[in-house]
Amino acid sequence: MESFDLIKFIKNFADQFDDTDAAEIKEDTNFKELDEWSSLIVLSIIALVKTQYGKTISGKEIRSCETVKDLFNLIESK
Amino acid sequence: MKAYIKGISYYLPERVMTNEELVKDFPEWSIEKIAAKVGVYSRHLAADGETAGDMAEKVALKLFEEYHINPKDIDFVLLCTQSPDYHLPSTACILQKRLDIPTSAGALDYDLGCSGCIYGMAIAKGLIFAGIAKNVLLLTSETYNKYIHLKDKGNRSIFGDGAAACLISSDGFAEIGEFSLGTDGSGAENLIVKTGCAKHFEKANDCHLDEDGHIQSSDHLYMNGSEIFNFTLDVVPTMKKEILLKNSLDKENIDYYVFHQANKFMLSTIRKVCGIPKERFYNNLETTGNTVSSTVLIGLKDCISNGILTSGMKVMISGFGVGYSWGGTILKFQ
Repeated sequence: MESFDLIKFIKNFADQFDDTDAAEIKEDTNFKELDEWSSLIVLSIIALVKTQYGKTISGKEIRSCETVKDLFNLIESK
Repeated sequence: MKAYIKGISYYLPERVMTNEELVKDFPEWSIEKIAAKVGVYSRHLAADGETAGDMAEKVALKLFEEYHINPKDIDFVLLCTQSPDYHLPSTACILQKRLDIPTSAGALDYDLGCSGCIYGMAIAKGLIFAGIAKNVLLLTSETYNKYIHLKDKGNRSIFGDGAAACLISSDGFAEIGEFSLGTDGSGAENLIVKTGCAKHFEKANDCHLDEDGHIQSSDHLYMNGSEIFNFTLDVVPTMKKEILLKNSLDKENIDYYVFHQANKFMLSTIRKVCGIPKERFYNNLETTGNTVSSTVLIGLKDCISNGILTSGMKVMISGFGVGYSWGGTILKFQ
């Protein structure tokens, strides 16, 4: 399992997007406002959290977060 | 006493819906994205008047022809469907008549989805071991597309209609091993068609958009994709270990894995979480989509036809989904 590091997490998070420039995704990015945001990306994040960090997060929890940092904090608290 | 698979056939309805055709209804959608993520390029749809019972009849006749089976030898019919022809009688009873199976045969429907083929094998094995039947005709047939709202692009992209047939007997080409089964009714609401049965007989006409902008309606198929995904990631790795344990096998002994073909992305995540090598893992729903209870039998048939599965192999099969319900076993190819 990967260590819990914000910079690494932002990179992993940005990897879930195909058309969004990784430079556009920062810790304070409101990810649900990205053009590419969709329910398929939610599934990618669930898979990322499970496979890379060994934790379970629900779609509802992901949607309850505003920024990438919020999501990071939520996963870290699990 | 042993129980074996003696034949497998499948039937896909004539009408093919390609992604190109599907995106005409959803111009904001990218074909490449659907195909890359869910792994479906086209799917078959049952015709307007074509029911799960009709498809089950067609696939059974195909099985009889392909394996030179005399319907007079069938002494039990199991039909797995969540789209039966009637509330009552059982579609399996109607099929007894339509397939010219003796009136001395037992017949019943059972209502399961993606785990259905595995449960059918478990019941059939039980019937054979108990001396109740000798030749069990297991049919899986589903027309989910009739339940899906026309504006529900997610489910329309994933699900395809189809049917499969399998003869389970006291001899055959693949021995059915020990089962691991499981059920968790707390997930019932996450994959459901709410109205039309006894609990909510009348249509609700409550169609609306959810927080993601997806269509949601009690009168149509509803699937909470992320909840189903999490459920699967929780149960499948544990089930895989239990199947190995119950069959006294190590993962090195398993030559191939044919799991329920839910969608490509979910399968590849399950594969990674389970630590299964890519080359031993079936992941193909390009031209069929997710046909619910038929995916495992379709996968097995294709792998047999393509020479991927050969004699002496040990193959793990499993299904998981609506219910929640899950199950798996080992097939030992003779």
